[in-house]
Amino acid sequence: MHDMTDALVAAWQLVLSGNSTLLGIVWLSLSISLTAVFFASCIGLPLGAALAIARFPGRNAAVVVMNALMGLPPVVVGLVVYLALSRSGPLGSLGLLFTPAAMVMAQVVLVMPIVAAIARQIVEDLWREYAELYLFDGVGRVRTICSLLWLGRLSLITAVLAGTGRAVAEVGAILIVGGNIAGVTRTMTTAIALETSRGDLALALGLGIILLTLIFAINGTAHVAGQAVRRAAA
Amino acid sequence: MTRLCRAAAIGWLLVWTAFPAGAEPPYITVASTTSTEQSGLFGFLLPAFTKTTGIEVRVVAVGTGQALKIGERGDCDVVFVHDRPAELAFVGHGFGIDRREVMYNDFILVGPASDPAHVDGGNDIVAAFRKVAAAKAPFVARGDDSGTSKAELRFWKEAGLDPKTMGTGWYRDTGSGMGPTLNTAAAMDGYTLSDRGTWLNFKNRQNLKIVVQGDRRLFNQYGVMLVNPARYPSVKQELSYKFINWLTSLAGQKTIADYKIDGEQLFFPDAKPATG
Repeated sequence: MHDMTDALVAAWQLVLSGNSTLLGIVWLSLSISLTAVFFASCIGLPLGAALAIARFPGRNAAVVVMNALMGLPPVVVGLVVYLALSRSGPLGSLGLLFTPAAMVMAQVVLVMPIVAAIARQIVEDLWREYAELYLFDGVGRVRTICSLLWLGRLSLITAVLAGTGRAVAEVGAILIVGGNIAGVTRTMTTAIALETSRGDLALALGLGIILLTLIFAINGTAHVAGQAVRRAAA
Repeated sequence: MTRLCRAAAIGWLLVWTAFPAGAEPPYITVASTTSTEQSGLFGFLLPAFTKTTGIEVRVVAVGTGQALKIGERGDCDVVFVHDRPAELAFVGHGFGIDRREVMYNDFILVGPASDPAHVDGGNDIVAAFRKVAAAKAPFVARGDDSGTSKAELRFWKEAGLDPKTMGTGWYRDTGSGMGPTLNTAAAMDGYTLSDRGTWLNFKNRQNLKIVVQGDRRLFNQYGVMLVNPARYPSVKQELSYKFINWLTSLAGQKTIADYKIDGEQLFFPDAKPATG
């Protein structure tokens, strides 16, 4: 209990001090994760929808693979991206290792399957309901995908939020490809890992409380926005 | 909704382009050990260097073994670690050049105040290790190929013991950094070998205290070297040399000596001319 009070005090002091280091860390965390979610959604939503309406041999296997990839271990993704971006690796000449761009890449790989798999499920349910209409009207595949994504937009927010949750909370991948460099690649989660290892448990937990608050804020905003849209549509 | 999506997309594209943009100051990437970072030395030393030269130093703090690996792959410009044999091998294999000794500190044996192995107050590290093993008192090991881990394994060897084959779970290999290992030792009232800097800056001590110190064998030398630019043209040679030269200069050495926690000096400068 004593630890918890210390952590709350540490969190409060950090927030109240308006500490510029903390602001930088929070800003970097959000920039990286939301950028990653943006790119992951650009790929994952159409991919999930395409798989939902496609019929081809091996489709079930593709669905299973996509669902399984939701459980990609962040450290493994981090390691693979590290080896790819290393100076000795295939993409070494880009010089991206230990930069925020590398962290975005790793998180896109982590988040994309989550967005795609959930989108596939949502769009497939819609497709079951409306397939005949689309087929009857002879709508092309691309337009069908766009239309179904639009139709399911409110449910698809959940897919994007699930991806955001994963991105903001993970530490394994960005620690490896970012290197936790102060002021450059240090995010909320890697800072928490660092403070824990320095034995400053109150500060670590304090940062954790701030991170949780941010996650609540993101989800709250999404919920309110979704309701506003629903009300406007009604 | 469409407008909202578009606005969000444009917003994030702006952020995306803002990442690499902006007039970035010149910087070098240094792979170093957790002890230099977690002891707070870099937080004190690097701003002083950046102030005089305008060069930013980006530190990736990992164990010595991993830091050398990062250098081997060409993913940093400078390696700053503490494991002399491994450093000489690194230079010998052509991965690094121009190794220089910068400073030293010492290792200490940390243990619970209850001291079940009765080693408190000693100054013979090998004898203390033998007593801990004989008492089968919990010993928490780094086990992560770091400089501290290598030193610990050397002491077991000198004691003529192989703790991993001695059974009954008293020797616990955590495979983690110095801080996490200290956290574990604090939680299970165990002994562990630590560098003094990390210990002095460590906040979750609980019942732990220093039990053995002052043995000459506990001396811990830090060396700095440039990743071989002939092997990796991406290495920022000129900026890196400014850093290495500054570290070994009078100004750099004095800054190292000036770093204190509660009045206690953590690192002792001992730069010599280039050795390799």
